[in-house]
Amino acid sequence: MRKDKLLMIIGSMLLLLLFVFPLWKITLLAPQYPEPLGLNIHITHLSDGNQFNDVKNIDLLNHYIGMAHLPYKANVEKGVVDPFKEFVIIPIVVVVLVILGIIFGFIGNRKLYATWLGLLTVSGIVGMYDFYNWLYIYGHDLNPNAILKITDKVTGEMMAYQPPIFGFKQMLNFQVYSYPSTAVYFIGLSFVFVVLALIMSSKNRLKKKTIN
Amino acid sequence: MKSIFAFLTVAVFLVSCNPAPTSSKSSKGALMSNAAERVYVAPGQYDEYYAFISGGFSGQLSVYGLPSGRLFRVIPVFSQDPEKGYGYNEETKPMLNTSHGFVPWGDSHHPDISQTNGVLDGRWVFINENNTPRIARISLKTFETEEIIEIPNSAGNHSSSFVTENSEYVVAGTRFGVPIPQRDIPISDYKGNFKASLSFIKIDPKDGEMNIAFQLRMPGFDYDLSHPGRGKSHGWFFFSMYNTEEAHSLLEVNASQNDKDFIAAVNWKKIEEYIKQGKGHTEKVKYAHNVWNDDTHTATSTMEDEVLVVNPQDVPGAIYFLPTPKSPHGCDVDPTGEYIIGNGKLAAAMTVHSFTKMQKAIADKAFDGDAYGIPILKFEAVNYGTLEQPGLGPLHTEFDTRGNAYTTFFISSEVVKWNIKDLKVLDRHPVYYSVGHLMIPGGNSRKPFDKYLVAMNKITKDRYLPTGPEVCQSAQLFDISGDKMQLLLDFPTIGEPHYAAGIPAKMLMDKSQKIYKLEDNKHPEAVKTEADTRVVRKGNEVHVYMSMIRSHFSPDNIEGIKVGDKVFFHVTNLEQDYDVPHGFAMIGADNSEMLIMPGRTATLVWEPKEVGVWPFYCTDFCSALHQEMQGYVRVSAKGANTPIKFTLDDEVPGEEE
Repeated sequence: MRKDKLLMIIGSMLLLLLFVFPLWKITLLAPQYPEPLGLNIHITHLSDGNQFNDVKNIDLLNHYIGMAHLPYKANVEKGVVDPFKEFVIIPIVVVVLVILGIIFGFIGNRKLYATWLGLLTVSGIVGMYDFYNWLYIYGHDLNPNAILKITDKVTGEMMAYQPPIFGFKQMLNFQVYSYPSTAVYFIGLSFVFVVLALIMSSKNRLKKKTIN
Repeated sequence: MKSIFAFLTVAVFLVSCNPAPTSSKSSKGALMSNAAERVYVAPGQYDEYYAFISGGFSGQLSVYGLPSGRLFRVIPVFSQDPEKGYGYNEETKPMLNTSHGFVPWGDSHHPDISQTNGVLDGRWVFINENNTPRIARISLKTFETEEIIEIPNSAGNHSSSFVTENSEYVVAGTRFGVPIPQRDIPISDYKGNFKASLSFIKIDPKDGEMNIAFQLRMPGFDYDLSHPGRGKSHGWFFFSMYNTEEAHSLLEVNASQNDKDFIAAVNWKKIEEYIKQGKGHTEKVKYAHNVWNDDTHTATSTMEDEVLVVNPQDVPGAIYFLPTPKSPHGCDVDPTGEYIIGNGKLAAAMTVHSFTKMQKAIADKAFDGDAYGIPILKFEAVNYGTLEQPGLGPLHTEFDTRGNAYTTFFISSEVVKWNIKDLKVLDRHPVYYSVGHLMIPGGNSRKPFDKYLVAMNKITKDRYLPTGPEVCQSAQLFDISGDKMQLLLDFPTIGEPHYAAGIPAKMLMDKSQKIYKLEDNKHPEAVKTEADTRVVRKGNEVHVYMSMIRSHFSPDNIEGIKVGDKVFFHVTNLEQDYDVPHGFAMIGADNSEMLIMPGRTATLVWEPKEVGVWPFYCTDFCSALHQEMQGYVRVSAKGANTPIKFTLDDEVPGEEE
């Protein structure tokens, strides 16, 4: 099989690792949490980032500031929060991308490779925008009966608790870090594979042209 | 009376000809300018060693850090502890059950850590109770008492609870000869009629559960301390004894007459073979065996009714007496297993027996008669040598890895370092005052961790700020890594620091349990979610299935309780976060509070006596809203028809809005 075809197929299949590894990780450090709490965000669910029960413990702490519940299984079952639609939609998008990628690979057309890269990029941007949106909602849509209500000294408004999408932010007693996790690196690798496939197939085309 | 005088005169004489202490220049002790630095554990840093120091008459076991001497935890073992609810809540009450009924107090003595291949393995620590003879096993993962077994046919369970080098057995002895079985006879009939028991308790290698394998029915001497053989002497156990005179009154004089008492050498491997051949007989007894089930975190107490008794004459060649001067207290075996050291507490000499010589003496039948059929080996045939006049009143010896022994001297208040092979004193240091036992981490094993030594003192007098007539007892930390012992630190202890066991921190700290998983909670009355919380009446018993999480109880309003009811609060801590226990206290409860760890359930009984609305609250400062963590119980008159009602935020937990 042609190398570019192989790269396209393997490259797109790398996205299947999104079902295995977390996409993003939010870490919370505070004086009384010397071993930081961690929230892993997967495309299908949330998981404990560092220690057993981290998600539930973060959820428990969030109630002080009136933050909405996190959509982990027990909470969804209890009906205190609606499940993220994204946990259904994103897996479908990923599967579709993988299937398309494999088909495009077998066809071996450079325009299709480019199309696939375009689809991946658009999905990524939409995904990031959606993620930002959720962080905004969780940070701002607070229960008015919250136990701790703190107003911002400067603006005089209720303090918001929107975690950073990337990097560090101090939120009350917590230092919050937010960074891409393992799965994002595989998306990057997938992107690189397909870019390579595109370059190779372009070279092949040039070669063919010269020979002809 | 005359003999007391004679002894005191001799004691004074010996003190005066005792070599002057060399390393003490001031009665205040610590001399090194950098001693503070060497015991200073900076904020946030960890100690190098755990020290498990017996609480003596407090009945508990305390956990300290070395070298800082900081107290971390008091593990309740043989005494009720209202702080934790131990012995008060329904789950732990059975732990303190005995054949005499519920006993709220005990006298804890000698902690010893389990071993594998002769070295500490850090699974369990065992400790004995002297007054109502018992042995407890404490988990070094949860630092909780997991099992207590009563020892039948025993009184004064003192020469306990030491383990063999693969934790095959933990042993128990009898300090007070008693009629066995107990019966109504004149006390003056002691001689020949009173007996003693040496019990070998099998330890299950998997879960540590203890079961009495057999009891040796020994002459009614007073068995004081013991230690296992190790290495070449593995398979033997050595027990010191006093009162071979078999006195029954004024023992301080009458039990101090014989020039030599004994150390009993017991070949337990040989006894195992005899038992396989059917030797020994079962006797009817009654003793409690209390086991803590970690899944249900509830103790059950079973009354056992049989024990296998082995008479020395049933097992020829398995038990010998080694003559040892003057009421030996400690009976200590060095890391190689070759030297058995008798600390003759009324002697001015240390007796060192040789295991190799003992083997030869047995082969040569070098006997010096017998006592109640047990062969007495010739002193010269077993004795390696004697360390003459090292101090006064030797009690206990531990060891380093360099062939040295460290012995406490109660009367002359000092610790003496000496070389076993050369039988030469190398160093001595005063202690403040009247030291009992001492501890080197791993000191009862093939591999001592010989950096520190802890001396445990019975008397402190002027060493600390006075607190009325009752002042603290204390421990003293020495650095023994160099040629000379260096006193680094004094620290007060809980109860009487009777004896201790130590272990490097790194062997325990990483496996220390942090939380109990709620999903593994098999307590029959547990609630896993708030939706399951409820109140159920069964006749005049009311069961409250309650949960706690930061920062509320569910339910927190309860009605329909009546005077004369017996209310069981089954409270589950739903937290799954490290170090977030909650407490529970109910006004008018005549027992204690409860301290409940994340993922655990505990039950407190309350019998309301007055009509009214009575509050309960969380006693352990759990969160910023700890003060708000409270609730009410409405108590109606006897015969009232107030229905059972339970709510949280005016809603019934678990019901749809």
